[in-house]
Amino acid sequence: MSVKIDETLTVECETGNYHTFCPISCVSWLYQKIEDSFFLVVGTKTCGYFLQNALGVMIFAEPRYAMAELEEGDISAQLNDYEGLKRLCIRIRKDRDPSVIIWIGTCTTEIIKMDLEGMAPKLEWEIGIPILVARANGLDYAFTQGEDTVLAAMAHRCPEPEFPVRERKEILQKFFAFPSKKKEELAEYANHPSLVLFGSLPSNVASQLNLELRRQSIKVSGWLPAQRYTDLPSLGDGVYVCGVNPFLSRTATTLIRREKCELIGAPFPIGPDGTRAWIEKICSVFGVEAQGLEEREERIWESLKDYLDLVRGKSVFFMGDNLLEVSLARFLIRCGMIVHEIGIPYMDKRYQAAELALLRDTCINMCVPIPRIVEKPDNSNQIRRIRELQPDLAITGMAHANPLEARGISTKWSVEFTFAQIHGFANARDVLELVTRPLRRQKNLEDLGRTTLVRKNK
Amino acid sequence: MKLAYWMYAGPAHIGTLRVASSFKNVHAIMHAPLGDDYFNVMRSMLERERDFTAATASIVDRHVLARGSQERVVDNILRKDKEERPDLIILTPTCTSSILQEDLQNFVDRASIVSDSNVIFADVDHYQVNEIQAADRTLEQVVRYYLDRCHRQENLDQFVTDAPSVNIIGIFTLGFHNQHDCRELRRLLRDLDIEINQIIPEGGSVEDLKDLPKAWFNLIPYREVGLMTAIYLNKEFGMPYISTAPMGAVDIAEWIRQIHQNVNTLAPSSSSKRVDYEPYIDGQTRFVSQAAWFSRSIDCQNLTGKETVVFGDATHAASITKILAREMGIRVSCAGTFCKHDAEWFKEQIQGFCDEILITDDHAEVGDMIARVEPSAIFGTQMERHIGKRLDIPCGVISAPVHIQNFPLGYRPFLGYEGTNQIADLVYNSFALGMEEHLLDIFGGHDTKEIMTKSLSTNISLIWNPESQLELRKIPRFVREKVERNTEKFARQKGIGTITVEVMYAAKEALSN
Repeated sequence: MSVKIDETLTVECETGNYHTFCPISCVSWLYQKIEDSFFLVVGTKTCGYFLQNALGVMIFAEPRYAMAELEEGDISAQLNDYEGLKRLCIRIRKDRDPSVIIWIGTCTTEIIKMDLEGMAPKLEWEIGIPILVARANGLDYAFTQGEDTVLAAMAHRCPEPEFPVRERKEILQKFFAFPSKKKEELAEYANHPSLVLFGSLPSNVASQLNLELRRQSIKVSGWLPAQRYTDLPSLGDGVYVCGVNPFLSRTATTLIRREKCELIGAPFPIGPDGTRAWIEKICSVFGVEAQGLEEREERIWESLKDYLDLVRGKSVFFMGDNLLEVSLARFLIRCGMIVHEIGIPYMDKRYQAAELALLRDTCINMCVPIPRIVEKPDNSNQIRRIRELQPDLAITGMAHANPLEARGISTKWSVEFTFAQIHGFANARDVLELVTRPLRRQKNLEDLGRTTLVRKNK
Repeated sequence: MKLAYWMYAGPAHIGTLRVASSFKNVHAIMHAPLGDDYFNVMRSMLERERDFTAATASIVDRHVLARGSQERVVDNILRKDKEERPDLIILTPTCTSSILQEDLQNFVDRASIVSDSNVIFADVDHYQVNEIQAADRTLEQVVRYYLDRCHRQENLDQFVTDAPSVNIIGIFTLGFHNQHDCRELRRLLRDLDIEINQIIPEGGSVEDLKDLPKAWFNLIPYREVGLMTAIYLNKEFGMPYISTAPMGAVDIAEWIRQIHQNVNTLAPSSSSKRVDYEPYIDGQTRFVSQAAWFSRSIDCQNLTGKETVVFGDATHAASITKILAREMGIRVSCAGTFCKHDAEWFKEQIQGFCDEILITDDHAEVGDMIARVEPSAIFGTQMERHIGKRLDIPCGVISAPVHIQNFPLGYRPFLGYEGTNQIADLVYNSFALGMEEHLLDIFGGHDTKEIMTKSLSTNISLIWNPESQLELRKIPRFVREKVERNTEKFARQKGIGTITVEVMYAAKEALSN
């Protein structure tokens, strides 16, 4: 079959009037990930209201985050910001005793130019708890990019390795010539420079990925972030880093520029194809020959067969709100779906280069045109396009999900992809579980013949 | 600056958006950064709204910060005007635009010259008012805008209807059981033979607002929102209003008597429209509503003197306090509200019906109070429900802020005679559940599930190594047992004696095959 396929990848840009979560929402998963942290969002009632509604039940589980709610006096600088923050941080120290306090700067602190970065070191010294500042505001960032700002701030606090890694290994081998556990462990892994992965994942997903790399005899020296702030990995010259999520471009830049690390640019380990490409890329950088990956990927695809039958040939439209879109689209195209549009809040072509290349290759292999990628989409234009295209599935925010369902368009709430476990071989099934759920539901209700549930003239 | 984990009332712009999205064909444009359109999610999720919420944002980003919004806001208004042809566009400020101090009124003026829609700028200040106050104010602003316009054009028809009629003011989107209450009020008024002139804002059209003065008087079921509008209409058109909430048999009777009085004063003296509702009140109270009978029944006798705590918005907290104390003989140890701006009214209302009054919007203070009082049941918001969960005290939810469970599909009014039945159920069920729990506790429970599922006998004894035990503990509790069982099953099948982390994930993969 000779289909002429346009192989160029273009990124359009629209008006940026789209719905997404505020980046401060990152506290919801980060406070759970980093067990000894406390997140203080310095903002207004609006921020607080968003967090309280977005995080639902979690808020009642004694969360380790709070608002430093700015009042009129703070805005008009009648009150002293430093004294205010000091008072709250001392109370937090007394109540929770965290190992780190992370200040989340918001739109308001940006506009009134509150010097959080200037105040943090002073207060840190005064109260004796590390204070990090992340400006996760809606003026500059969307949703998951909030995590990016936090991790970029955290990267500065990672300790430096005591010796350059290669030297240390030699020293170890020289001085501990007796059979120690250390040496056994060393033998288990290939001789490669230290590797640190960045991106916050549920700890069991992180250990699954560690395990995958261990099978290739690659040792993961640490994760940014670690389970505890006090366990941050060593970073520095000669340390290799690799991202697990597509929205971590600032973190990547910080690791390269400030921490002098080597970035391994790989597709992201989402879907069996992505996971394999990710592992292969890491292996190739370390000169390790990847073992048994092809069969492993094949086995996973085999196990997904029942789901693949459901999605094959179905079309999907990403409205775009969490930056996972390209990786998910690439995986779904490999599953045999047709992607009409990949909406995405922000596209870092350099950080996502390998992922974009894999998307292109996947499209060529599957004989489908490369979908249009729309950066900063315009939701009302998109809804018009959805009405024209009538996709089998729209992956969208909750603001549009029910209205689209009522008009006969099946939807999947995009935020679920950020909270579900989607990384690695073993979790590919979870992605498809999410994607097929609306399709399966539709199938179950098919015979009722009630697909549109709005009155005609609306 | 204050430390806050949770708040009872949202920010001001939410109130404005609730008014805007309640009216038909009104569009709100927020001057806000990315992510502040969270209101759409709430409406679409909580109300399970089928239509797109008529609220969009004119995004404030880094460029706006540097150069001002310039043409952007005007362009967005005109674009909405062309696309959706709304009757009214409300430009809504947020906390961000409050500090930017751009002249948004100027954008509105410019846009309204060109657009076919009317355009107004919501007159709410983020730092002065909360969600509830902003909603009250915006509703008044919209009503005033349309009536003033008619005044100027001198086409205001001030003749009242022939038959007695009312406006119901304050039925809202995202309001606590508002839809059901509205239906119940309609039924009540039909029984009383009173016409409904208009219900605003929910489902109302702004173009019809000019006919508001045709009603004989106004009903304000919840005093949080609508009172300002009623006062304005009273000043401007001499329209009387009734701000009693018809919640609980006693207050319903009082409410009907006020209607009765208004109808009789306003009816022409010669006409046959003079009414007497006393027989109706008596019949409904004694026989239609089950609540009066319920409070005489043995069930309710058992509740005598039980201690409770009530907390919520002013309307609901005051009414429930009175119902508990006056109609059911239950002791209210503390009643409180987060409507600090209406504290005086609240105190006056519940004077003599409770031991203690708490006016605060700090949930920790409410939690401490509950922990100190240790009531048998709490009647409060979702927050109090969670406090109750922690302290093992049952809680009936009687007021916003709410969750999706508080938007039931079934008919659950709080107002009117059917409302009295619903409230009686709610109160009784909260206590009954509490009692059951208590008895279970004493007799050690009747849950034998644990023993049933663990009866799988086997010859191979499995060992979980320390790492895998640690890994298992990381799995959320509600699926942990399942994972444990599946892993052990897998290990047995494969004849593996020691479960490692690898085995766990191999089991997961095998299971998905």
